[in-house]
Amino acid sequence: MADEAHSEGGLSFHPLDQFEVKRLFGEGAIEWYTITNVTMWMAIAVVCIVLLLVIGTSKRAIVPTRTQSVAETLYGFVYTMVEDVTGKDGIKYFPYIFTLFIFILISNFLGLLPMSFTTTSHIAVTAILAFAVFFTVTIIGFVKNGAAFLGLFWVSSAPLPLRPVLAIIEVISYFVRPVSHSIRLAGNLMAGHAVLKVFAGFAQVGLIIAPVAILGVVAIYALEVLVSAIQAYVFTILTCVYLKDALHPSH
Amino acid sequence: MADTAVEHGAEAGGAGMPQLDFSTFPNQIFWLLVTLVVVYFILSRVALPRIASVLAERQGTITNDIAAAEELKTRAQEAEAAYDKALVDARAEAAKIVADAKAEIQAELDVEMQKADAEIAAQTAESEKAIAEIQAGAADAVKTVAKDTAKEIVAALGGKADARSITAAINARMKG
Repeated sequence: MADEAHSEGGLSFHPLDQFEVKRLFGEGAIEWYTITNVTMWMAIAVVCIVLLLVIGTSKRAIVPTRTQSVAETLYGFVYTMVEDVTGKDGIKYFPYIFTLFIFILISNFLGLLPMSFTTTSHIAVTAILAFAVFFTVTIIGFVKNGAAFLGLFWVSSAPLPLRPVLAIIEVISYFVRPVSHSIRLAGNLMAGHAVLKVFAGFAQVGLIIAPVAILGVVAIYALEVLVSAIQAYVFTILTCVYLKDALHPSH
Repeated sequence: MADTAVEHGAEAGGAGMPQLDFSTFPNQIFWLLVTLVVVYFILSRVALPRIASVLAERQGTITNDIAAAEELKTRAQEAEAAYDKALVDARAEAAKIVADAKAEIQAELDVEMQKADAEIAAQTAESEKAIAEIQAGAADAVKTVAKDTAKEIVAALGGKADARSITAAINARMKG
């Protein structure tokens, strides 16, 4: 794809280069422990989270400063979400859910910085996040409810002949959850960033196309800001919904 | 650019999409797990308890303030009731004072009126007496003047006036 664009001469399109995992130091293969741009941007995310949630709240002000107010708003937002969706007994999983939310949110927004690397646009990252949710929720479901957790797949409100069919559908949909959960996040971010790059590529073209392309970049960027927040929210609320299923499996 | 070409060549199964380059997966997964664990510990040990305590403290402060405000409001209402009562009392007192003063003034007025009436009656009687005296005086004076005048007229006409007959004539005339 990149080569094709290259052969057209002058115009260079590399919309997917931004997603490449690279070594920060030296040459050679990327081992599991290698310090890469993934490491760097995740570390930056951690620093941002610490700045926002730890340094920002260090004054413990009764009347909050701006940063503390943001931290409190995020806390309240996720806390209410967990409480509303999963009920009181889901509150003890709040730190876990908040970790997912804040990591995805900050990573998404960091990915919007020019020249940055978007960790959450990689299926490897989102799949781990989604499967972590999937396994956690399944284990919690069985630990809390025992075999009654399987009642999640047995729709007792449906007519009896339909129940086996519905059970099959429910089982399939249950196992598809982590896939859709991860691909939704990675796909949204990757597509948006790739489209941004494509528009940016067109901005080199000429006097007529360039302004349109730049307007397009601005519009897509605005959309991506929205998508970054919405995808973090969607991932979190789906986690809450799955957790609710595990805690209260009956239909 | 040569660099990317080499990398593209290297990722054989990737079909050009870095997301599907499985050789980088262990690296990403490892660093993701490290990040998640670090974030989880920072949040669950430091950030979340702190925010929770700040929110609880603020809630407590707000509750206290509302309770204090409630108490102050009750006190204000009490004070208002007391003020209203005082106002009503003061109005009643004022009305009573006004009524008393009116009654007193009326009484004084009545006494004064009586006194004045009596004085006026006395003066009227005195005046009537004086008028009667003056009238009597005037009749006498008329009689004297008439006598003198009659005597003079008689003398002027050349007669000799007998005092006794003139007096008798005048008395007779004045009665008539």
